[in-house]
Amino acid sequence: MAQRIDIKDLNVYYGSFLAVEGVTMAIEPRSVTALIGPSGCGKSTFLRTLNRMHEVIPGARVEGSLTMDGVDLYGSDVDPVAVRRQVGMVFQRPNPFPTMSIAENVLAGIRLNNRRISKSDARDVVEQSLVGANLWNEVKDRLDRPGSSLSGGQQQRLCIARAIAVKPQVLLMDEPASALDPISTLAIEDLIAELKDDYTIVIVTHNMQQAARVSDRTAFFNIGGTGQPGRLIEMDDTRTMFSTPTEKSTEDYISGRFG
Amino acid sequence: MATLEQSAEPRSDRPTTRELLTRGDTRRKATDRVMAVVVTLAFVVALIPLLSLSWTVLSNGIGRLSPYFLSVSMRGVFGGMDAGGIYHAILGTVLVTGVAALISVPIGIMTAIYLVEYGTGPLARAVTFFVDVMTGIPSIVAGLFAYSLFSLFLGPGVRFGVVGSVALSVLMIPVVVRSCEEMLRLVPNELREAAYALGVPKWLAILKVVVRTAIAGIVTGVMLAVARVIGETAPLLVTVGVIDSINTNVFEGRMMTLPVYVFRQYAQGLVPCADGATDCIATINIDRAWAAALTLILIVMLLNLAARMISKFFAPRTGH
Repeated sequence: MAQRIDIKDLNVYYGSFLAVEGVTMAIEPRSVTALIGPSGCGKSTFLRTLNRMHEVIPGARVEGSLTMDGVDLYGSDVDPVAVRRQVGMVFQRPNPFPTMSIAENVLAGIRLNNRRISKSDARDVVEQSLVGANLWNEVKDRLDRPGSSLSGGQQQRLCIARAIAVKPQVLLMDEPASALDPISTLAIEDLIAELKDDYTIVIVTHNMQQAARVSDRTAFFNIGGTGQPGRLIEMDDTRTMFSTPTEKSTEDYISGRFG
Repeated sequence: MATLEQSAEPRSDRPTTRELLTRGDTRRKATDRVMAVVVTLAFVVALIPLLSLSWTVLSNGIGRLSPYFLSVSMRGVFGGMDAGGIYHAILGTVLVTGVAALISVPIGIMTAIYLVEYGTGPLARAVTFFVDVMTGIPSIVAGLFAYSLFSLFLGPGVRFGVVGSVALSVLMIPVVVRSCEEMLRLVPNELREAAYALGVPKWLAILKVVVRTAIAGIVTGVMLAVARVIGETAPLLVTVGVIDSINTNVFEGRMMTLPVYVFRQYAQGLVPCADGATDCIATINIDRAWAAALTLILIVMLLNLAARMISKFFAPRTGH
């Protein structure tokens, strides 16, 4: 189910502006990779290249190679829509569809694609996904209530349930807990720890403790200055990164001396 | 130590906290009162014509309005006869406006989708510019345009329902585009991204997320556009003409419409009744005009009510 992603010499452009330069890294399957770094260093942009979401912005393009299980994600015969079915995404702010109920939100990936599904299958998908997102017990009695009736933390778990309902190989999370309170954050972090048994997870976070708690490997991005591209400074096992980083700037950032 | 002494013995020229908090800005308070009066007056002034109009139409029109009036045409009615109705005009208005909506709503919504979801660069700017220009077209010009367009193919003197619908569409499309564009822009980008991230193709995301989320506003916008054109008189006079009997075929023959009916009846004016004639009402034409005007207002109100109900039904659920 989970897949490995290899990135080699990746440059990301918005029009003629080089946003991220020369990223080479390997994202291991069934593990959590955390991307940390100061604001504007390109970690979210880089994350969005992993499922070609950045292409939503006109003029965005990449150079270099990005392969999942040996297949070039930017190959000419690769459909970006198909990539996004395999590489799901959870956003910073919970964004359940306001016109849909809790159950419909979970089934959104199926229903919005006009795929037919029997009622019993739909029930199974809803239950499995909500159980997978640790939300089932809280919402099982009100599945037909609007998704927006839930609290922020529950909405975010609903969005995770929605993302895993389409059974992706990889799950990208763009600061999934930054809009949530500490208790909801803890729930999301526990969930990430469970999900990594089945999925390859890449998470962007501004919270260093969170990166240390949830991730197996950590990548530190930094930026030379305004208008300059973001770069991958170093990447290693999370424990090594937080105890004995090789680069001086990583140590400065992690210990809170800047950023 | 120095600060302690200072706070224990405040300098006499410095106002106390009580003074600072209670000594209100008298000038601000006066301005506030004046502005409150001005704003309320403006509201009342805006309301006077509306109430006066409603009252005039209601009091003049209610006498003639009856199930009979709504269910017969003007066929065979002449002079001061206590007879005749607006059935043919209601049908004509509903058909001509309905066909106009059928033409303009798809074009308008799709144009709005193009502008919001796809349009970039000179083409989108040109479309926006021409939509703005179209908003300002005088209705009689729209009527002449439709008339001359059909005359090119079908010869001069052509008059039937669809010609009027095309004229109304010219007036309606920009209104639909503008209101739908506003509504589509209100849909948060996060919802589009959420749909894309689930592997939903762009067209399905637009159809099932963006349009679905905005549908309540779109319905309201379409209804406003219908209300905008349903009372148009001049273009229909040119393109659809005048007739006294029922015609339900929008592709052939003249049709009566409510605004044109009102105009016609009022233009005919008082009937010269013979002295002592019991079956002759001198003001019959004017009475019919008022009753038809009242019916037109009621139809617009019903449409608005229906739009409200539809948009309430489709509105995103908030959970309370």
